[in-house]
Formats: sequence, structure tokens, C-alpha cells
Amino acid sequence: MPYTLIDHTADIGICVTGETLTDLFAEAGRAMFDQITDAAKLSASHSREIEITGIDRPDLLVNFLRELLCFWTIDACLVKNVRIRYINDARLTADIHFDEFVPETHEILKDIKAVTYHGISVNETDAGWEAMIIFDV
Amino acid sequence: MELTQLDEFRWEIKKQGPMRVPARIYSSPSMIETIKKEETLQQLVNVAQLPGILTAALAMPDIHWGYGFPIGGVAAFDCDEGVISPGGVGYDINCGVRLAATNLTEAEVQPRLEDLVNALFNAIPCGVGSTGSVRLSQTDLKKALKTGSRWAVENGYGEESDIHHTEDNGCMEDADPSAVTDRALDRGKNQLGTLGSGNHFLEIGVVDEIFDEPAARAFGLTQGHITVLLHTGSRGLGHQTCDDFLASMAKRLHIDGVPVPDRQLACARISSPSGEKYYRAMSCAANFAWANRQILMYQAKEVLMRALNISPRSLAMRLVYDVCHNIAKFETHTVNGKKQRVCVHRKGATRSFPPGHPALCAEYKQVGQPILIPGDMGTASYVLAGAEGSMEETFGSTCHGAGRVLSRTAAKKAAHGRSLSRELEDKGILVRWTGRTTMAEEMPDAYKDVSQVVDVVHGSGISRKVVRLRPLAVVKG
Repeated sequence: MPYTLIDHTADIGICVTGETLTDLFAEAGRAMFDQITDAAKLSASHSREIEITGIDRPDLLVNFLRELLCFWTIDACLVKNVRIRYINDARLTADIHFDEFVPETHEILKDIKAVTYHGISVNETDAGWEAMIIFDV
Repeated sequence: MELTQLDEFRWEIKKQGPMRVPARIYSSPSMIETIKKEETLQQLVNVAQLPGILTAALAMPDIHWGYGFPIGGVAAFDCDEGVISPGGVGYDINCGVRLAATNLTEAEVQPRLEDLVNALFNAIPCGVGSTGSVRLSQTDLKKALKTGSRWAVENGYGEESDIHHTEDNGCMEDADPSAVTDRALDRGKNQLGTLGSGNHFLEIGVVDEIFDEPAARAFGLTQGHITVLLHTGSRGLGHQTCDDFLASMAKRLHIDGVPVPDRQLACARISSPSGEKYYRAMSCAANFAWANRQILMYQAKEVLMRALNISPRSLAMRLVYDVCHNIAKFETHTVNGKKQRVCVHRKGATRSFPPGHPALCAEYKQVGQPILIPGDMGTASYVLAGAEGSMEETFGSTCHGAGRVLSRTAAKKAAHGRSLSRELEDKGILVRWTGRTTMAEEMPDAYKDVSQVVDVVHGSGISRKVVRLRPLAVVKG
């Protein structure tokens, strides 16, 4: 798994890595939904294109994950895959592949309620990119 | 960062660097050691840097690591110079607690306890993404957002007297549904009358010990009698409201070139259009939470009567009080010897108005506001009363609960290989839950000892111990 869990007293956080910024963002989206449900049970029967803006890379990542989380919290859909089509420091477009939630098929492992700014970081490392995100659960 | 002990219950970080005021922590020698290990104190220092903060950034004894503001934090701001911060209120706007008393005794309920907890678990929608039996049109939802508890009572959920026993009469009057985003309305539309997940619960308990007889009498609490305690908030509607305003305020601060120590502390001047709009939307979410708790308590009452086959008269269930512990409010307090209207942020902290305060209803005027402090599900909860010290020191505030001490991952590790429900059953506590990690994450060991927390607020004079409740049965999301 290219992400690890971070211990936080009240909530949970993840540390995600990727070779490129594109990989990093796609992996962060997958990691968030990996906490919510078992992606193996998803078939990605629907897709939708989204466009996200931000004031810098950390803000862009938070806004991107916020938008993905709304697939679940508002539309009751579960995201299986993310394909980033275009990304710079302040804007991205992506295809989101998802399924409608079916209680008999999909188990909800954890309720993520919000993506926080707290401790958010997006950094370039020797191996590529690394990001930390804390969720409200 | 140097932490100085001032007396038995108070510690201070002196104003330094970018801090505008000092930070003051209410704690005990054993609990302060845990706090030192986390980022909690740095978070308090960050709060002390916000524009217009008055007197001190305050931490209650149940303080723990949050995001932006620490949980268990209190901060008051000047209405002209100061800011309002969605992160300073928290995601679950008006997360709160409500307690009802009954005429039932423990002996009467004990033989039927299992049936009762099962009936409650079946009737109360709980768990991730649960939706309620109350389906509202957009027009009705907006009415509920505008009038809170009153909307619920007018629609048959409860009685007029419930309203007087709710903080702010269950309604923040500045609520303006047009300030709430469509996403927040969408997320909340089917969630009225639901408990939710995480640390939210409904608990059947018993009055186990009385510390202050006159106050217990005023609150209608009798030794050995059954109580119903409820902890929940504004569900997805509150979360989305917080999130949407955090995003817009962070963007505004960036455009204006205003730095904040942590983006989660994004805020706006109280008197700015953005600050005013957040306050009106936050008030809607607070009213949603009050309507939610009003409906859930009504449903619990119906279940109790059905499961125990008793009349409303035999049950005699009445609301003791309903408090909110994630909120920002305009209140009058004394700052530098002068009365001043301020905006108090309580994030994981409870209002603690003392005897004689004009906001209290006639029944509680003599003894002070009831304060409800839930503990973990295996130990105890407390009812306190507001005390004068809170007006002198903490902008009328006190603690809100036990406060987490283990992370969710650490709790799961500690729970590994144990049957927590059996352990609780051995102590006479029945638990029903939905989430597969709920029991481990919410295990008693994950929380501070609530008795130590209330001893600090009692000892420091910001509230008084009145009653201890012992849990008998718990329904969790």
C-alpha cells in the first residue's frame, strides 16, 4: 500500500507518496476511499469529470479530496479510481470512476466526515512526492 | 515554550512572540503530563495569535489535540477587532448533550434492560450515513433551521417545557437559511432524527451519587432513578457548513495577504460580510442540532413506554437540560473590569452560567445552569451546575467530557483480542453498536478519567459537581 496511517488522538491521518504530482493526487484519492470501503468490491460503473482550483498545492489537494468526499457524503457514491488529466499548482482536472452505494454489496469501514487543513503538507522528496492529510472522522 | 504552574489547577504559557494574549490551562498534575506530549499546547498558542482575542486562550481539563483549535478550547473575541472562525467552532456545529429524568427506578428497569436496549437500538437510526424517519421538503427544512427546537415541538416531537430547558431556548435567533450552502442542505436533508456515528450515543443510566442536594432537587434528579442521556449534533449539515466556510475564508485570507499559523484557523472579521454570513449559517446548523436532539429524545421516550409497557404518567420523563459544546455566541462578559459584548468560541467546551444569570429559566435561577458531562461508556457521566468562577475566569465556560487520551489506532491495538462488550456486560452495562470499529475506538481506555476532569472544574470554581450518573445501557453509532 503506497500510503500509511498517521496517529492523531481524535482523528486519522494518512501519509501518501507518488512518483509524480499526478500519482500523488490520484493515490491520495484512492487512499481516502480505501479507508471508507473495500475498493475490490467496486466496479467503477460510472465516471464524471471534475475541475478543482486552489491557492497552492496543499489547498488544491484539500479541495480535491473535499470534492471527492462529497461523492460519498452528498451523493452516496463510492470512488474506485481517479485519473488526473491535468494538474499544476493551482488547478486540476480529473476523471472520477465510481459506483452508487449499495448497502448489501459495499461495507462502510470508516466514516470520514471532512478533510482538514490541519497539518496539511505536499512536499517534493528525493523519491518523488509526499503528502500528509488529516481527516475528521 | 515554557509552561508555568500557577496553582493546584491552573497552568500558563506567558505571552511571547506573535501571541496577543497568554494561554491558560485548567488541569491536574497527572493530566498535564499527557497534554505536554501532544501538539495541543502549540494549538492553544496558535489560537492566542488570532486578531482581537481577549484576556487569554483557555483550555479546559479535557483538552486534547484537535485541528486548528484544540478540543476543549475557549476563546473570546472583541466584536470590532476580533474574528469568528469555523475551525474554532468545529465541524459538528452544536454537538451537544441532552439529559432527561424519569420516575422509574433501577430495580424496575433492570429485569427488562435487554429488551429495552434492543428496542432503542432498533428504533433510533444510528451509524454511518443513517437517515431518519423525518423526511422534510426544502421549505420545512428551512423552517427547522430557522426555529430549531420550536419547530420540533410544533411538529409533535416533545413539549413546550422542553424549550425552556434548552440552552438559548433551542434556537439561535440570527439563523438565516439563505446563508447555508446548497451542499450543506443536501447533506442534511434526510438526517434529522439520526444519532450518527463516532462518539455519539444514547445512554440509559441511573443517578448513582448526589453531591449537591439542593441543585439535584432543582434539576429533578433523584438517587436511584433512571435517566436518558443523548449526545449528538448537526450531522452532515453542520460538517458541510464548516467545510464550505473554511474553504471560502482560507481563500479570502490568501487574497488579502493575511497569514494564519494554521489554515484550519481560517477566520473572518466578525463584522465582515463573510463573518456575518458564517454566523447566520452556523446558527442554522445549531438549530438543526437542537431539532435533531429534540426528535431523538421524543423517540426514546416512545420506545421506553412501549418496551416497558407503561403510561406517560408512570414514566414521567422530562427534560433536565440540553447544552451545546461546539459553538460561537455573542455574550456579555467583563473584560479589564468593564462589561463588554464578546464573541465566545467554545470548541469542546460547555457554557457554565452561575446562579442568578439572566439567561437561566426560573427553575434554575437559584442553583445555576445544568451542565452535562458525558464520560466514557464504561464509567460515569456527571451533571454539574454553573458557578461564579466561570464568569470571572473562563467567559462562562467549563469542560465538555472526558477527552480522548488514545488515538483510534492505539485504541484498536489495546482492544485487540478482547471482548469489550463482554467486559462491559460483566460490569452491568449493555452496549449495542453498528460500526465495526466503533467498540474498539470508543472503548473506556481511550478516554481520560472523567472524574479527574470534573474534579478540576469543581476545584477551580468554574462549575460545581451535582450528580454522578452510572451507565446501564448504551446505543452507539
